[in-house]
Amino acid sequence: MQSDLYTLSLVLLILINLLTSGASRLRYCINCVAVQGILVGALPLLQNSPTGMPEYGEWSLAAAVILIKGILLPLLLLHVLRRVEINREVEPFISYNLSLAISAILLAAAVLLARHLPPITGVNPLALPTAIFTLFTGLLMLISRRKALTQVIGFLMLENGVFLFGGALHAPYDLIVELGVLLDIFVLIFIMSIAVFHIRSEFNHSDTDQLNTLADRDN
Amino acid sequence: MIFALLILLPVAAAAIVYLLPSPRWRRRMLPLTGLLHLGLTITAIRQTPLRSAGGWLLLDPLGAYFLTIMSILFLAISWYAWSYFRRQPYHAPNDAHDPFHHPQEHGARSHEAQFGAALLLFLSTMTLVIMSNHLGLFWIAMEATTLASTPLIYYYQGKTALEAMWKYLLICSVGIALALLGNLILQSAAGSLLADELATRHTAINAQWLKLAVVFFLVGYGTKMGLAPMHSWLPDAHSEAPAFVSALLSGALLNCACLGLLRIYRIGLTAGIGDYCSELFRCFGVLSLLFAAFFILGQNDFKRMLAYSSIEHMGLILLGIGLGGEAVYGSLFHVCNHSFTKGMLFLLAGNLLLIYGTRSIHQVTGLLQTSAANGILWLLGFLAIVGMPPFGLFYSELLILKSALAQHHYVIAVLMAVLLGMIFAGMAGAFLKMTQGNAPELPHRKRYATWNLLPPAALGVLPLAAGLYLPPSLTTLFKQLAAQLGG
Repeated sequence: MQSDLYTLSLVLLILINLLTSGASRLRYCINCVAVQGILVGALPLLQNSPTGMPEYGEWSLAAAVILIKGILLPLLLLHVLRRVEINREVEPFISYNLSLAISAILLAAAVLLARHLPPITGVNPLALPTAIFTLFTGLLMLISRRKALTQVIGFLMLENGVFLFGGALHAPYDLIVELGVLLDIFVLIFIMSIAVFHIRSEFNHSDTDQLNTLADRDN
Repeated sequence: MIFALLILLPVAAAAIVYLLPSPRWRRRMLPLTGLLHLGLTITAIRQTPLRSAGGWLLLDPLGAYFLTIMSILFLAISWYAWSYFRRQPYHAPNDAHDPFHHPQEHGARSHEAQFGAALLLFLSTMTLVIMSNHLGLFWIAMEATTLASTPLIYYYQGKTALEAMWKYLLICSVGIALALLGNLILQSAAGSLLADELATRHTAINAQWLKLAVVFFLVGYGTKMGLAPMHSWLPDAHSEAPAFVSALLSGALLNCACLGLLRIYRIGLTAGIGDYCSELFRCFGVLSLLFAAFFILGQNDFKRMLAYSSIEHMGLILLGIGLGGEAVYGSLFHVCNHSFTKGMLFLLAGNLLLIYGTRSIHQVTGLLQTSAANGILWLLGFLAIVGMPPFGLFYSELLILKSALAQHHYVIAVLMAVLLGMIFAGMAGAFLKMTQGNAPELPHRKRYATWNLLPPAALGVLPLAAGLYLPPSLTTLFKQLAAQLGG
C-alpha cells in the first residue's frame, strides 16, 4: 500500500513537470512548484528505506521541507508576482507547445539515462527517472524562459530534482546538513525575489533577455 | 574554540557595522576586523592540524595555507575600503529603493552599512568554507558565500550592476545545485562526507558512482572557480563590482572553490580514479586558458581584462594539478602569487577608476604622467601577472610547463606556451597603451589618498619576495602538500 502511494506520488511528480513546461501563466507555474514541494517533502516518509535517522528526525525534516518548499517559498513568489504585476510569460525562446514536446522527449531521455547508471537495490524503478526528469525540466525552464521570475521557478524545480535524486539513491543524511541546505535555498530565493523587484523597477519589465549590455563585442 | 572565533568574529563585526550610527567608526571596523582575523589566523596555523566538532571542522596544512592567503588579502582590502569610503561616500542614484525595507531606512547611510555588513559576512562564510571538512557543511558555506557576495556586486546599483548581479546569482546557484548532486552521489556511494576520512580510507568506493560524483563536483564548484565554459558570470561580476570587491572575489573566492576541488581530488586519488580526475582537470584547465586568451585580445575594459586573467590563472592552477609531478608544487605556489598579484591589480584598477572615471582602456592614457606612483605599480603588476621573472608567477608557470614536457604531454605544453604568449601580447598592448602617452584633460578627477596606494604596494611586494627567496619552511610545506595531491 505504501509503495503504491509512493509510485503514485512519483507519477504525479512527472505529470507536474509536464504541466509546468507547457504553462504560460505564472501563477499556475508557482502552484505547480508548490505541489511539487509538498510531494518532495512527503516522499521520504513513503519510502521504506532506512535512512539512519531516528523517527522524529525524518518527520521534522519532512515537515520543514513541506513548509519551506511547499508553502513559504511559493507564497513569497506569489507576493513578488503581485507586486511586479506580470501575469503571463512573454513568448519564450522555445514556444509552449514545443516545450511540452521537448519535455516528453526529456522524460524518455531520463528513463534511458537511469538505466545506464549502476543499479541500486531496493529502489522503485521509477524513482531515479523522476528525479532526473525534474532536474531536466528545471534546466529547461531556466534556459528557455525570459521572465526573471520563471527562471527562479526553474531553479526551484532544479533543487527539487536534486532532492529527489538523493532520495532515490537512499543516501544517508544528517539532519543538520539537510536543514542547512533548506535554509540556504530559502535565503537564496529571498535574495532572488529582491533582485526581481530591482529588475522590475530599473527596467520597467522583467524580461531577462534585455539584460544583455554586458558582453564582449568587437570594439 | 579558535574555529568559533574565526567564524563568529566577522559575524559579530557585521552586526556592529550594520547597527553603528557613526559612519567613521563603521569604516574603521573593516580594517579592525581584518587585523583581528589575521591575528586569529596566525594563532590558529601554529596549532595545525586542528580538528573539531566530530571532524566537521578541520584546519589541516592545506586549509591553513588558503586561510592565510585570504586573511592577508582581506586585511589589505579592508584598509583600501576604509580609505575609499572616507573619500567617496555613497551617493544613491535617483531611482534606488529597496522594496523589502521600510522607508525610514532609506539613504546613503544604510546602504553603506549594508555593504560593510555584507563584506564582513562574506569574510566569515569564506572562513567557514576553508575550514569545512564535512562536504555537506562545505556546500552550505559555499552557497552562503554566494548569498553574502551578491549585495557586494550590486553596490553601485543601476542597470549594468543589476545584470551582473543577476547573472552571478543564477549561474553560481545552478552550479552549486549540481555540486549538491555530487554530494548526494558521494554520500550514497561512500557513506560518509568527511573529506579527510574519505581521503585516507582503504576500503573501496564504487568507482562508477564516484566518477559521476567527481564530474558533478567539477562542474559545480568549477562554476564558482571560474572555469570555462561555466565562467560567464565572472567578467560581468568583476567589472561591475567595486574594485576591492573584485580583488576579494578573484583572490579569495576562486581559491575557496579551488580548495573544494583539491579536497575532492584527494578523495579520487585514494579511491583509484586519479587518472580519470587528472584528465578532466587538464581538459578544463586548457579550455579555461583558451577562453581567457581569446577574450583578452582586443579587450577594451581593463577590469574585464583582469577578470579574464583570473580565469586564465585558475585554468593554469587546475592544469598543474592535473599534470601531476612537479606541476602540483607549481600550482600550489601559483595560488598565493596569483591572489596577491590580482589583488594588487584590482586595487590599482580602483585607483584608475577614481582618476579617469572610465573603465575603457582606450580612454586611459598617460598614467605615468597623471600619477607616477600608480603608473609604476600598474606596470609592475602587469609584469607580475604575465609571469615575468623575478616575480613568483614565473616560477610556478615554468614548473607547470616543465612538468608537461617531462610527462610527454606535448600538445598541452605547446598550447600552454602559445596561449600564454597570446595573453602576454594582449595585456602588453593594453597596459603599455595605458601608461604611456599624454595625459588627457581630467575635469572629473576624484581625490584619492595615499592610503589607496599602500595596500596594493604591500600586496605587490609579496609575490616579488616569493619569487626572489622562498624560505625553506614554505618550500617544505609546499612539498608536503604536493605529496598529498599526487605530486
